[in-house]
Amino acid sequence: MAEPILYLDGVSVSFDGFKALNGLSLIVESGELRTIIGPNGAGKTTMMDVVTGKTRPDTGTVLFKGKHDLTRLDEARIANLGIGRKFQKPTVFDSLSVFENLELALKAQRDPFAALRFKLDGAQRARIDEVLALIGLADRARELAGILSHGQRQWLEIGMLLMQDPELLLVDEPVAGMTDQETEQTAELLRRIAGLRSVIVVEHDMEFVRALATKVTVLHEGSVLAEGPIDQVQANERVIEVYLGR
Amino acid sequence: MMAFVSRACVLLVACLVLLAAPRGAWAQDAFAEAAAGLAGSFDDKIAAIDKLAALGDPRAVPLLQALSDGNLLVHEGDNKLAIERDKTAYDAVTNQKLGPSDAGYDTARVNNRVRGVLRGALGRLQLASPDRAQRLAAAIDVFKTRSIDNLPIIQGALARESDPEIRAQLQVSLGATQLLSDKPEDRLAGVKALAGSSDPDVRAMLVQERQSPNVDPKVAAALDAAMGAMDSRLAMLNLVQTVFQGLSLGSVLLLAAMGLAITFGVMGVINMAHGEMVMLGAYTTFVTQQVFRAWLPAASEYSLLVSIPAAFVVTGFLGILLERCLIRFLYGRPLETLLMTWGLSMILQQVVRSLFGPTNREVASPSWMTGAVPLGDAVTITLNRVWIIVFGLLVLAIIVLVTRATTFGLHMRAVTQNRKIASTMGIRTAMVDAFTFGLGSGIAGMAGVALSQIDNVSPNLGQSYIIDSFMVVVFGGVGNLWGTLVGAFLLGIVNKFLEPYSGAVLGKIFVLVAIIIFIQRRPRGLFALRGRAVET
Amino acid sequence: MAAATNAARERAPVLLVLMGLALALLVAVPILNTLPEDSPYRLSDFSVVLIGKYLCYAMLALSIDLVWGYCGVLSLGHGAFFALGGYAMGMYLMRSIGTRGVYRDPILPDFMVFLNWKQLPWYWYGFDHFAFAAIMVVVVPGLLALAFGWLAFRSRITGVYFSIITQALTFALLLAFFRNDMGFGGNNGLTDFKDLLGFPLNTGATRRGIYVASLVGLVGTYLVCRRITRSKLGRVLIAIRDAESRVRFLGYSVTAYKLFVFTLSAMLAGIAGALYVPQVGIINPSEFSPANSIEAVIWVAVGGRGALYGAVIGAFAVNGAKTWLTTSVPELWLFVLGGLFIAVTLFLPRGLIGLIGLGGGAPRGLGLDRLLPRLSVPKVPKPRRGDG
Repeated sequence: MAEPILYLDGVSVSFDGFKALNGLSLIVESGELRTIIGPNGAGKTTMMDVVTGKTRPDTGTVLFKGKHDLTRLDEARIANLGIGRKFQKPTVFDSLSVFENLELALKAQRDPFAALRFKLDGAQRARIDEVLALIGLADRARELAGILSHGQRQWLEIGMLLMQDPELLLVDEPVAGMTDQETEQTAELLRRIAGLRSVIVVEHDMEFVRALATKVTVLHEGSVLAEGPIDQVQANERVIEVYLGR
Repeated sequence: MMAFVSRACVLLVACLVLLAAPRGAWAQDAFAEAAAGLAGSFDDKIAAIDKLAALGDPRAVPLLQALSDGNLLVHEGDNKLAIERDKTAYDAVTNQKLGPSDAGYDTARVNNRVRGVLRGALGRLQLASPDRAQRLAAAIDVFKTRSIDNLPIIQGALARESDPEIRAQLQVSLGATQLLSDKPEDRLAGVKALAGSSDPDVRAMLVQERQSPNVDPKVAAALDAAMGAMDSRLAMLNLVQTVFQGLSLGSVLLLAAMGLAITFGVMGVINMAHGEMVMLGAYTTFVTQQVFRAWLPAASEYSLLVSIPAAFVVTGFLGILLERCLIRFLYGRPLETLLMTWGLSMILQQVVRSLFGPTNREVASPSWMTGAVPLGDAVTITLNRVWIIVFGLLVLAIIVLVTRATTFGLHMRAVTQNRKIASTMGIRTAMVDAFTFGLGSGIAGMAGVALSQIDNVSPNLGQSYIIDSFMVVVFGGVGNLWGTLVGAFLLGIVNKFLEPYSGAVLGKIFVLVAIIIFIQRRPRGLFALRGRAVET
Repeated sequence: MAAATNAARERAPVLLVLMGLALALLVAVPILNTLPEDSPYRLSDFSVVLIGKYLCYAMLALSIDLVWGYCGVLSLGHGAFFALGGYAMGMYLMRSIGTRGVYRDPILPDFMVFLNWKQLPWYWYGFDHFAFAAIMVVVVPGLLALAFGWLAFRSRITGVYFSIITQALTFALLLAFFRNDMGFGGNNGLTDFKDLLGFPLNTGATRRGIYVASLVGLVGTYLVCRRITRSKLGRVLIAIRDAESRVRFLGYSVTAYKLFVFTLSAMLAGIAGALYVPQVGIINPSEFSPANSIEAVIWVAVGGRGALYGAVIGAFAVNGAKTWLTTSVPELWLFVLGGLFIAVTLFLPRGLIGLIGLGGGAPRGLGLDRLLPRLSVPKVPKPRRGDG
């Protein structure tokens, strides 16, 4: 039995007295596609912040592949370990072209001197073209990312995530603001990505969650409320109470 | 028999008459006799001076003073003494006018030896003077020109003296003189008398005494104890002085930085022209003063008080104007705002330079602000700085009141914490911005009023304080008034503490470097303000 | 299909134009200077030095553009690096005076003799060798930038905070170098130089020589900056400018990149300062003044920080205006300069080159630059083989 790709135990984070995460414990297996849902303020984004190194937890253990303690590393080191993140608000580099955005995310040496000497070789170029095709932006490769539509920006960001070739992907609300068709395409994309990789998706859109058909974890007030297939979770009394209010 | 009685009566009467005769006459003779010696050689003069001093007659004072000043004349023929005033000779004893001073008179000369004796003698005589100021000066003088011969004189003066300040000084002088005695008990007494002083001169004297060879062990011990006590007292007073100076500097920084903290906190605007607002406030004070002098000279004392609201209005209004016309277009772009306001600052400086000239302008302080309060001998608390500390805290209190208790203050705080939500709630953020900027500039103007009292008013006034103001804001946490308060006073005090060790310039460098390093630990300052508006 | 120009691309035609200009300056100025005195086309010695100064300013502007225009790091204290390089050169020039000084001391410069110093301070050792001084010109600003940058970037100090503390840095140095006991000449600075590498400084030949060196320096700086901005390194810098934290999540150490470019920029500024000093004949602490650094930034802003040549244009334009105005209407200069700051930030965020439609990537202002007719149609750059 392989090590879980992500292991969280008793993680707590407070901001000015507000407990964003409260003894959160979570395990994601290698190769799994997991969805995390929960009302606003449940701690979903904070959880991602902790895993990617943006926020240091006050207490708790966070292990990647059973051996890397993520609480001690900064964002860049964690990213280079193989954890990629797609943000709620699509953040791409507006002044660079789509192609250049992907090139930046390419798995290659990250230090400044290597970047100075860097020359794109055939295999790398092919990879970029491959991802361009996957995310449907092949014909806009040379345009500035700043002029893309919202949905296209989301895909570009997913594309960048793929370029990083991470073992664990954290995807925060990938279909926010998308049309139905785009949502469908995104679900398809994510399913394809998972398998060799592990993917954690945070979402609100219940249709999308259903479409993904994965194990679902419900977060509430900083800890896990319920876990299981979507139907089971939706029938859970406590979940209903929390979502519909008291 | 009768003849004997009558002869005895005559003798008795004669004695009585002699005894009852004005002592002045007899004394006159002794005095005149002693004074006559002043016409002679240097040795004669010294003897005469000593005699006059021993006599204690206050008439000797103008005589000896004239000798010291070179105004004592000796008439060639009869060696009569005269004092020269305005080219006319006056009799030295009777003060009768004698005639022109160039008619057969020689100036009585002195050499250094004579001068030395003169000084002491004058001192001793002045100790008995009816004029209080003279007595005090004499008491200090006797301290400076110590001579063991003065001992009985000082003791005598002490017995007569009732004024507490002069008594205190006399006791110090006594102690200093006693140190010169041969007898260790006297010296011990002297040390004891001096131990209570905080005068650095006294301490120097004790050190000298301690270092002299053949010091009696008991006296040495007493000296050490006295010096120890004095040192700790001096250190304490030094501390007080440094703290006071630090508070004074801090209050200036507080006034200068308050406006900056507000505009940066609420609007995210770094205003490089802030220093010029301070400068304009100082110039407003100057102009107000000139107006008062020209049209209301009787009320000149009040020009400073009038300057305060005047400066607030002038700079506040200018601030609102600038915000509406220029700054609001760069909202959300702090780096560009920084550059633009720098350009503004150059223009403002040049305008003032063209209007008022590049040199310093004199701004007078009203009488209730001048003067100082000495604390012991080592510390002086100048009144104007005290008032500025008070003023600074007062302004802070008012601003805190405005932010907490007024609607405008509420709006300001709302906009600081979340601009978007505030605007959706109906708060007119544009107006809040304009008035906030006006408020910040107005406070800067009032800082200028305060600064005009302690610093030179020139077009460059703002530049000297802008970097410090920024440091205070960065250190104390942006947008936070308490942070500004703590930061300003802390920086002021630290600056002043470093000064004696490193000089003003190096001290400033240390502070700057320390702040840079401090920012590593707490990048958002001491009291970081939470809120999205502050993120740059 | 919109495809605005990309800040990272200095297109080949532009490069050719610039190289042409440089060649022209290289050839024309010295030739015009060596014309006989009575010729109407003669370029005076004063003008040679003036243009030489502009070249050094342009180098400084380039170094600022590299960190600001491309990486978004606004340093308001770059004058400090310029001055440090200048002082290093000044120290070499001082030591090469030897016994020709007023006090004729073979080792101690005049001002030290005047202060009654008996010995050369340790930090002056080695400056009698040009090679050492040349190394110091680059190393001292570089080390300072490295140390300062490491402290600042590691703590993730950005934006206005960073700019303010760079001001504080240069201000602290100003205060320090003013002190006589620092051993750098106090408020008089270092001056009365006699020669450089044996060439007397007051001859036309030497002036021309230093001028050419400055031109070479400028071209070299430009090429270095261009190499960086066109590489992947340059793209990472642009990405950092656009969205710093996102770059971190991609696995790049933002601190390392900022440090690299900040240090390099400081070294380039140091070289500029070193070339500047023999031309003006003096280096004093006022070079550290915060106002100088801010003025240098406005050169870049006026020219246009979206492209490297914008910095060069800005440096020449603003300093040209300054020379002209301070000689004809001096009281007006400060008004003009202040006005420039305001005008550029409000109306010309892309600078002069933005006015003619070149250079991209800078933020929009009131958009007046969009109202002006475009003088050239931006081309879509073709992907090149091995482009990286």
